Amino acid sequence: MEGDAELQDLYREVLLDYFRSTTRKGKCDPADLRAHGINPVCGDELEITAELKDGKVSKLRYAGHGCVISQASAAMMAEALEGADIPKAKALVAAFKTLMLENGALSALPPELEQLASLEGVRKFPLRVKCATLGWNTVMQGFEAAKS
Amino acid sequence: MIPLDVKKLREDFPILKRLVRGKPLAYLDNAATTQKPRVVIQSLVDFYEKHNANVHRGVHTLSEESTNMAEATRTKLAAFVGASKPETLIFTRNATESINLVAHAWARKFLKAGDIVLSTEMEHHSNIVPWQLLAAERGIVLKFVPVEPDGTLDLEKVKRLLSEGPKLFTFTALSNAIGTVNPVLELIKLGKAANATIHVDACQWAPHRPMDLKTWGADFVSFSAHKMLGPTGIGVLWGREELLEAMDPFLGGGDMISRVTLQKSTWNALPYKFEAGTPNFADQVAFGPALDYLSSVGLDAINAHEHALAEKTRAILEAEGMKVLGPADSAKRSGVVSFNVPGLHPHDVGTAFDLEGVAVRVGHHCCQPLMNKLQCGGTARASFYLYNDESDVEAFARALKRTLEFFKVKPTAPKGAEVPPPKSGGGGPKAGVL
Repeated sequence: MEGDAELQDLYREVLLDYFRSTTRKGKCDPADLRAHGINPVCGDELEITAELKDGKVSKLRYAGHGCVISQASAAMMAEALEGADIPKAKALVAAFKTLMLENGALSALPPELEQLASLEGVRKFPLRVKCATLGWNTVMQGFEAAKS
Repeated sequence: MIPLDVKKLREDFPILKRLVRGKPLAYLDNAATTQKPRVVIQSLVDFYEKHNANVHRGVHTLSEESTNMAEATRTKLAAFVGASKPETLIFTRNATESINLVAHAWARKFLKAGDIVLSTEMEHHSNIVPWQLLAAERGIVLKFVPVEPDGTLDLEKVKRLLSEGPKLFTFTALSNAIGTVNPVLELIKLGKAANATIHVDACQWAPHRPMDLKTWGADFVSFSAHKMLGPTGIGVLWGREELLEAMDPFLGGGDMISRVTLQKSTWNALPYKFEAGTPNFADQVAFGPALDYLSSVGLDAINAHEHALAEKTRAILEAEGMKVLGPADSAKRSGVVSFNVPGLHPHDVGTAFDLEGVAVRVGHHCCQPLMNKLQCGGTARASFYLYNDESDVEAFARALKRTLEFFKVKPTAPKGAEVPPPKSGGGGPKAGVL
């Protein structure tokens, strides 16, 4: 159907797959990192919990309701950050935010964030960028809180 | 009643000619703000090009013209809403400020700790948060009439809560989020019988339905110009004269005083006591032609027209198995249709509609308590006005069909039953919610 190209560009198949995925949905309990994020535009809430072992993110989970973009982005984030040491995890968050907020080049994405290129189309919808970054901003708050 | 000549009306709204993402604009977000007819836009240009000067200040010609033009709107508005005196209409920045004015200048003076303020669960945040602030500051007790599952108020519950003797009963005439039309006159009567002071949030009423403040019998009524073809930056508070006289000022400064010494000041007469500082006079002037426009078309005809379009839209949604919020009874509904697509977040619905050129509002509509009560985080909302027509309903239907197809929504099937097998990259997707 005419116009579907635009929808497909925004909601790429890989995004829809991550949105449907339940692999990393849920909560770590007990958790070494716990952070709560709210998107003020829609009131969506996201809870990020993680286990931190030997300076690494050993497990990361996200819980809450949200749109395809915020949920898929959180799912991809959980996958990308698991196994990374904390400085690396923070660097990945920064790299993703550069992609979304500063129109960073796709080629500059670290290999761990390869899947996140699927959120490229979101940049044409400035209001939806907040959906894509919700999980990432939330996990950064969690790192800050876990440190102090 | 003569049906609207919408084709002709649409010619008066320049914005309706633009394309959105390559498609003709179907503007269905009128409950948020309305588009402006050329006469309103032109009056702003004319004012700035020919008459601009500060009001109530100078003796020069421009100042006199500007003052007269700004005050002419107040007189016109008094006739439009049936206020017996123009000076009982206060211009504010928006309806939110109008409600805050009541909270600060009336409630802070006349309510004390333990007094009850009664509201409802279907209010906009602007009719909840000012009272919460007051409750925290003064120990006022806040109570809410519950909303029934069909999005209406149960008058027996209203009576029961009124019997507890609230000092203020503040409620919306018409829900912005789900479109319920409240029985305003009956609610005012019940509140008055219980000796409560009454504030009505008429933001969604004033643009669509005739009102006669003399017969309403409320004490305060708020609404906003930008939702009724007027410019942004102009809110209205109508108050009963004795109450406005008894209140202290809201903001202090220029224009609201009668005499100032370094020790004390006395207050200007109504309405200026509540209009401190240089007012938004240019927009106040441009609100005049908006009122003329609405009067010439006729609110009864507007209401009938948009109600019919909204009901058609509701029928389309229901035929597709979508959940439409609010009362089933058509007579209790307005030109607002709030709905949910099963398994799909309202933001995704809104973006998919936008790609079809259809502007709908998505989210909680500044009514989080109502959304919580109705057990949905948010909705998508189409809201109609005089310039909408069948082509907008058709665009809505196309956008809906496309959304359902693209996201493979099967509302009649059990949840998750029709989800296609997952493809690569999802890290082992299991259950689907699409």
